[in-house]
Amino acid sequence: MSGAISGYLVFAWSGVLLFGLGLFGFIAHRHLLRRLLAFNIMGSGAFLVLVGLAQDGRGVDPVPHAMVITGIVVAVASTALALVVFRRWYRASGRTDLPEDT
Amino acid sequence: MILRAILAGLLSLGVIVALGWAVLERPAPVENLPERVASAMPESGVEHPITAVLLNFRSYDTLLEIAVLLLAVVVALALREAQPDRPEQMGLDNPLLRSVMAWLLPLILVVAGFLLWAGSYQPGGAFQAGSVLAAAGVLLRLAGAHLGWLDNAALLRAGLALGLLTFIGIGMVVMLPGVPFLTYPEAHAGTLILAIELTLTLSIGLTLLSLFRLNPPYADDPDDARTQGGPKP
Amino acid sequence: MPWLDLFLGFTLCVTAGLALIARDMFRAVIMFIVFGLLMAVAWVRLQAPDIALAEAAIGAGLTGVLLLDTLGYLRRPFGSRVDNPDDRS
Repeated sequence: MSGAISGYLVFAWSGVLLFGLGLFGFIAHRHLLRRLLAFNIMGSGAFLVLVGLAQDGRGVDPVPHAMVITGIVVAVASTALALVVFRRWYRASGRTDLPEDT
Repeated sequence: MILRAILAGLLSLGVIVALGWAVLERPAPVENLPERVASAMPESGVEHPITAVLLNFRSYDTLLEIAVLLLAVVVALALREAQPDRPEQMGLDNPLLRSVMAWLLPLILVVAGFLLWAGSYQPGGAFQAGSVLAAAGVLLRLAGAHLGWLDNAALLRAGLALGLLTFIGIGMVVMLPGVPFLTYPEAHAGTLILAIELTLTLSIGLTLLSLFRLNPPYADDPDDARTQGGPKP
Repeated sequence: MPWLDLFLGFTLCVTAGLALIARDMFRAVIMFIVFGLLMAVAWVRLQAPDIALAEAAIGAGLTGVLLLDTLGYLRRPFGSRVDNPDDRS
């Protein structure tokens, strides 16, 4: 770990920070949509750590790239499903948070 | 509320420190994956390493990922309400958007086809092409198009399951000569991968579009519906 | 030092933070879309054009549309939809 930080490692560190930020938002907010945003930010942070770390000092690595592509598609599918459930919840109860959170 | 924020801050700070420590103290990798991928490329049937990883070297992961997508849309279908589809109430039904869509739609479809085809030798592939297809469908829906063929339950289910079923089917057919699941013969690997990618593109596009479409379109007051037994004037 | 990457990483964290603390939900979603576009640029800097394509189409495009559509759903006051007597089953 000596010498200048590589560009790849910078993104790994950004990913660490993003994961922490997302975790904070996920716990601190009660509005379910905000939690969904925070959850997506956590996911992006994890992807950045995955690719940034794998490439640090070794160059482009296609294996984490492929994993992240599948991860992004799964993330959007789960977000869309979460929105379906959220809208049903809002329609049934008229509220945007969960009763056990208050 | 403030207590909650403080606790969340402390927890996430702890996670950041732990993750940062893990980044600093990570062990040296024991496998040189890029080199192994590069050396195996000639037998993969495609020229783009990421497509090779996605659909040949690690195709089992991709298969399970498609299964996850199918599961998500099945759950959304199960949660669906009995309500007619009224895209004209999306609130964006204006003539300008419609006429722009008439120009844009062929272009989007060409881009999706190109991305699918390009995936075998340069960046692109089934996932990107599928999401572009889904984006075209979402735009059409926002412009007020009805897309009535999506109400045909049998057709919709067949389209959603097509990618996974083709993937499993091809994976099992190649087992006939006695090789493991999803091990393509070198001579036909390129064709098989393209066939899988084509069906995956259609299924992924349809899955994402259906997930968008299955959202209940109105926010009705449940009490109002119960007490008055009908829509508000 | 890779100044461009440092700047991009910093901007990513700032937009993510703004998306999380914005008071107005609409602003939060817009910041999230900006965050998705910046992620696409970050993937290009990480020499992953495949992920950049997927992120631009999905992270910024589809997710943004889904979230904005849901916001419109939340903002529509109860019972004020366009009236169709036959659509409640």
